[in-house]
Amino acid sequence: MTATLTGTGARPRRERRDARRRRGPSAYLVLVLLFALAGVMLIPFAVVVLNALKTPEEYSANGPLALPEGFSLEGVTAFWERTDFGQVLFNSALISGSVAVLAVLLSVLNAYALGIGRIKGRMWVLVVLLLANTLPQEALVYPLYYLAKQVGLYDTRLAVVIVFTVIQSAFGTYLLASVLSAFPRPLLEAARIDGASRWQVLRHVVVPVVRPTMAVLLVFFFVWTWNEFLIPLVFLVSNDNQTVSVALGVLQGQRLMDATMSSAASLLGLLPTVLFFLVFQRTLSRGLTAGALK
Amino acid sequence: MSGKATRAAGRERLGYLPYLVPGLLLFTAVIGVPFAMNVATGFTEWDGVGTPEWAGLANYARLAGDGEFWASFRHNALVIVAMAIAPTAIGLVLAALLTDLVDRHFGPRAASVLRACVYLPQVLPIVIAGVVWSWLLNPQNGAVNEVLAAVGLESLAHDWLGDPATALWSVLAVMVWVQIGFPLVVFMSGLQRVDPSLYEAAEIDGASWARRFRHVTVPQIRPEIFVVLLWTTIASLKVFAPIYVLTKGGPGGATSVPAYYSYQNFFDKTDVGYGAAITTVLTLIIVALTVVFLRAQGQGPEGER
Repeated sequence: MTATLTGTGARPRRERRDARRRRGPSAYLVLVLLFALAGVMLIPFAVVVLNALKTPEEYSANGPLALPEGFSLEGVTAFWERTDFGQVLFNSALISGSVAVLAVLLSVLNAYALGIGRIKGRMWVLVVLLLANTLPQEALVYPLYYLAKQVGLYDTRLAVVIVFTVIQSAFGTYLLASVLSAFPRPLLEAARIDGASRWQVLRHVVVPVVRPTMAVLLVFFFVWTWNEFLIPLVFLVSNDNQTVSVALGVLQGQRLMDATMSSAASLLGLLPTVLFFLVFQRTLSRGLTAGALK
Repeated sequence: MSGKATRAAGRERLGYLPYLVPGLLLFTAVIGVPFAMNVATGFTEWDGVGTPEWAGLANYARLAGDGEFWASFRHNALVIVAMAIAPTAIGLVLAALLTDLVDRHFGPRAASVLRACVYLPQVLPIVIAGVVWSWLLNPQNGAVNEVLAAVGLESLAHDWLGDPATALWSVLAVMVWVQIGFPLVVFMSGLQRVDPSLYEAAEIDGASWARRFRHVTVPQIRPEIFVVLLWTTIASLKVFAPIYVLTKGGPGGATSVPAYYSYQNFFDKTDVGYGAAITTVLTLIIVALTVVFLRAQGQGPEGER
């Protein structure tokens, strides 16, 4: 928003006011429908919150739709203690954070060679790299499990970080390579003629321009890794190493949770990602607008 | 002269090769080698312990005649509709409405709040989405049935995930709910790039919203549409977690998909060779589809320009 105030700022602002005046009844109808849709999308979240704060007796007496009578943290504390949730949260944050940073770096390096360098056969390199993210993980999980045991990385968080860095960077490489292949060539050539090395061009010309896209990728990678299930489930067998999804999935599979405890578990499971998203939603849209100004 | 120039250009390109080395090495260790091992396992009879026994094409011959396997593929076709085609179409219309109508007439705040609401299920771990929807759809006092009862449609109340007739459709509906946010966010970021004067010009010319959508919005974000369609189609071909959490492929295989069927063979039936064969077939389909998509993407827009 602040950016529009500079340069040609005055005109678009007046036009925006005009546009606001022009909104007709059909525009309001669409707005109402969109808000209704948004409401429907949020219902399951509301149900989770509603039931996480009930006592088990209340749930069985009043059902899932009734408002909680009081504010009970019984389910939340029971779940927290059973799973050592603090440790589990830390594991998820450590794994997802490491993967997000490393996978963005790897994507930039790959995309620089493919999109800017236009290496021969880049189309095929891209297809092969895309395999990392397109292969069904079931096709890798058995051999990966076997290999991790051979090199002593089985049941370590490092193994999961390495595997997902490679898997996530496939999408990043694909997206960044297609962005970079449209990169203004004169800009690159000018830098090269001025004697900048390839590394300097990458750091000082390419990276600043694609930083908004990198920020978006960082958020995507974090969330995607946080939500992964199959490979962490197979690799992280000991309780000390488990992620949020694995801890929840294991508990759910054992059918040991009552309804309020599973909703408390869901609440604790979704809160971190929702918080992360709300914090970064601003960065996301700011990054995207900044990209559009060019 | 041109020969020298191309050679210089070739050397210039070779200089970028080192940037690809870490990516390629990691890829080989994490994807290449394990995948080759998996393909090899597909030609063997192996229960997960001991030495695999060479079986040639026996697993593939079995696949060709396996009704369960083909049924899982038919389910997967519907999953592509629910996870790729429907969310892309809905996401496109929503992105256009939010950018072109809500943002311009009601301000960017309204647009970004709506976008956040629709995107929210995307940040939900799929395991948790599964737990949540399992109760919402629960036959005993599940929220969906309670709502139906509350509005007097008690006759429609149902064991949504337990009845073979509705299980697949219920799972598909959950997938649409989970998936819409991804295309929406990508398309909206693409639309930021579009010059607003294009819309204003079209509006002044009296173009209806539908015409602007067809002739301005869609052509402008064609690259994003390709990326999203490819990505979501691939995701739907290897869909596993929602099936695992919601129905475990049941009832009676009514919601089984190839990825889940292979999992059953790996871990429940410990028929590792057969499971590996299933995942190899699935991989071949996905690779073929990716190549077709990338070819179409490489040719389409440039051919028109």
